[in-house]
Amino acid sequence: MNIMPFPRPRRLGKVNVPTVTLAHGGGGKAMKDLIDDVFVDAFDNAALAPLEDQARFDLSAIAALGDRLAFTTDSFVVDPLIFPGGDIGKLAVCGTVNDLAVGGARPLYLSCAVIIEEGVTVDFLRQIARSMAVAAKDAGVQIVTGDTKVVHKGACDKLFITTTGIGAIREGLTLGAHLARPGDAVLVNGLLGDHGAAILGARGDMALETPIESDCAALHGLIDALLAAAPNTRALRDATRGGLATVLNEIAAASETAIEIDETRTPIREEVKGFCEILGLDPLYLANEGKIAAVVPAEEAEAALAAMQAHPLGAGSSIIGTVNEGEAGRVTMKTVFGGRRIVDMLVGEQLPRIC
Amino acid sequence: MKYIDEYRDRDKAAVLVKEIEALVAEIPLAKERPINIMEVCGGHTHSIFRYGIEGMLPKEVELVHGPGCPVCVLPMGRVDDCVSIAEQPGVIFTTFGDAMRVPGSKKSLMQAKADGADIRMVYSPMDALEIARKNPDRDVVFFGLGFETTMPSTALTVLQAEREGITNFSVFCNHITIVPTLKAILESPDLNLDAFIGPGHVSMVIGTAPYEFIANFYKKPMVVSGFEPLDVLQSIWMVLKQIKEGRADIENQYVRVVPDDGNAAALDAVDKVYELRDFFEWRGLGSIDHSGVKLREAYAHFDAERKFALPNLQVADPAACQCGAVLKGVIKPWQCPLFGTACTPETPLGALMVSSEGSCSAYYQYGGIKAQAGAA
Amino acid sequence: MCLGIPGRIVTIDDAGKRLATVDVGGVKRQVNIACIVNDAHSVESCVGDWVLVHVGFAMSRIDEQEAAETLKILTELGEAQAEIEAMRLSEAEVGRAAS
Repeated sequence: MNIMPFPRPRRLGKVNVPTVTLAHGGGGKAMKDLIDDVFVDAFDNAALAPLEDQARFDLSAIAALGDRLAFTTDSFVVDPLIFPGGDIGKLAVCGTVNDLAVGGARPLYLSCAVIIEEGVTVDFLRQIARSMAVAAKDAGVQIVTGDTKVVHKGACDKLFITTTGIGAIREGLTLGAHLARPGDAVLVNGLLGDHGAAILGARGDMALETPIESDCAALHGLIDALLAAAPNTRALRDATRGGLATVLNEIAAASETAIEIDETRTPIREEVKGFCEILGLDPLYLANEGKIAAVVPAEEAEAALAAMQAHPLGAGSSIIGTVNEGEAGRVTMKTVFGGRRIVDMLVGEQLPRIC
Repeated sequence: MKYIDEYRDRDKAAVLVKEIEALVAEIPLAKERPINIMEVCGGHTHSIFRYGIEGMLPKEVELVHGPGCPVCVLPMGRVDDCVSIAEQPGVIFTTFGDAMRVPGSKKSLMQAKADGADIRMVYSPMDALEIARKNPDRDVVFFGLGFETTMPSTALTVLQAEREGITNFSVFCNHITIVPTLKAILESPDLNLDAFIGPGHVSMVIGTAPYEFIANFYKKPMVVSGFEPLDVLQSIWMVLKQIKEGRADIENQYVRVVPDDGNAAALDAVDKVYELRDFFEWRGLGSIDHSGVKLREAYAHFDAERKFALPNLQVADPAACQCGAVLKGVIKPWQCPLFGTACTPETPLGALMVSSEGSCSAYYQYGGIKAQAGAA
Repeated sequence: MCLGIPGRIVTIDDAGKRLATVDVGGVKRQVNIACIVNDAHSVESCVGDWVLVHVGFAMSRIDEQEAAETLKILTELGEAQAEIEAMRLSEAEVGRAAS
């Protein structure tokens, strides 16, 4: 990567007060110190170092990696900010990396814009930034530019993060929900619903004690392995908000096919089942942060499964169903009991039931 | 999971379906018209749809989805009362999740929360009491909703609050009773029911004796059923056996949980804390005598109805709403002109579309019937 | 109100307030056990019991025997069906052999 070298190294600023104040968003020295101390120190890379208003990259170097640029953005407002299995920082990196990866892109660079509520401790911010740095390093991406705003108390809920990412898609690789065809197999890479259950449990409203952790992870390595074994993969979606049910409905609608899955082959952790039984929630609609649904031609399904199972993030992979002719956009499930039910789009928010 | 997975066994389901088919072939009435079995309880409705049980039964057996969904029968006026309490300064309004989206005449609790009211979802009335302990300077109100199943829980919580001398906790009592509901259905002239699948968890509290009148007076069989799909199928089988044998008895399929005598401790708590209201309004069914309970005088200081000035208005359903007819099983959800058009889960007009167990919502989301909407 | 779930009582948290912890498939939650405590069942004796939990209250002790009985009926039905089917098949065999 051909990047303008910075003229000379400089000393990074430091924040000497415990909490963030409006001054830290004011554009002056206090803000510089905050950015240096918290973000530059953690992210530490050559593209970020010049701290210009933009990061710059040699286009030919990117073009060498593919013939299309993938570009995505996501905001993260998760509550609580720290939860079993991760935190908002890790989520912000993995979420955007995954959005690139499910398009077949190799994730390259991320931006990081934060909105901080005054009163948040600087130590907490350092923890989140470090978490992002670790996640970025694991994912092989760099956080190269960002923005920092501080708002007065009550204007945001402690911390909001927006990450935008770019990646390169190699020539000849085209994935799309509309490409699913009758006969295709539907696969997932493991246990569903962990993230949603972990978050709901961590919020504490229902006073449930669970060992469930978020499955938050960057999936491009798994996806590379999958695409190597199943080069004619039609579509990939990460099953985030709205869960597996939502992405299946999206795929069925886009491709005008019907999808049927088998409840007995849909992997759900025992504790998540217990959690859902107590609250009356449907695990198919719980969010995931490390799970994809893959639509693969039938003849490549076994190879796809083997490749995912061999990867650390795909040990629990399963072929869960098929794409069929039938009512366009209809997703059904053969229940564990032998009957059949419709798996519709989620309406509003899934609320815990008593009934 | 123990006591759950065994009752979702596919092979045993197949056995039951075969038996049901054999029974139906021997019931003469089935040759003239469908056998109409009503499952009273919303939880059974949910099970039936979640496991696709209706599709497993022979066409001669029709399941009619009854009004045993306390969220579904909550009148709009009571939702308005909830919102009114929640919007009072200093109040923390606590409720089960199901009630959040029921529309009032102006807004639902969900909307009131978005507008700034401190409304919190709880899993248990005990959690509401804990909120009261943790916030001594706020008034915590618990929305007591449900049939006899949840009455004891609310009552025991009130008794605990009394024991601890907690003064900032009250209950907005909307508990309703099952027997008057059943009577109203049985008395309805446009109904053609042959048997009932009885509410399993209400019976866990009240036992099976209160239903005797259904068999003795109305001569209809009832089987009190568990909630796993095998329970429901087995109960349908037991009901059909009664019909074939010309019997009308109250039977208990849910013997592992339901004692015939009910639960003494629960009934004691209920009797201590509540008394019957003369009448109570049900959405879609109108006013039913002795169908609701309120807190006794001795517990007046825990009664939100006495603590807060409530609008207490009777709000009529939208004129075109057919919730009442659907609740009684007189028409099917898709026969309501609003079904799937003006009334959908996103924009519910009636309560049956709001709750995940209301039969309209169930048909819409699980049964894929929206395609039939308008094609009555 | 129907959403009851079977769980196992694992600890007693506060005998005086009748509070215990129940385990449902690995998820734990504090519940009130006032409804299942009586002369025959003291608070302490409840540890290990399977109960039906509803909105944070243990409402009924699950009767292991009755639970097994319910399933036994179905197992026997299945066996009876299999017998009849086997007889039917063997008669068909005999019929074929004879003709």
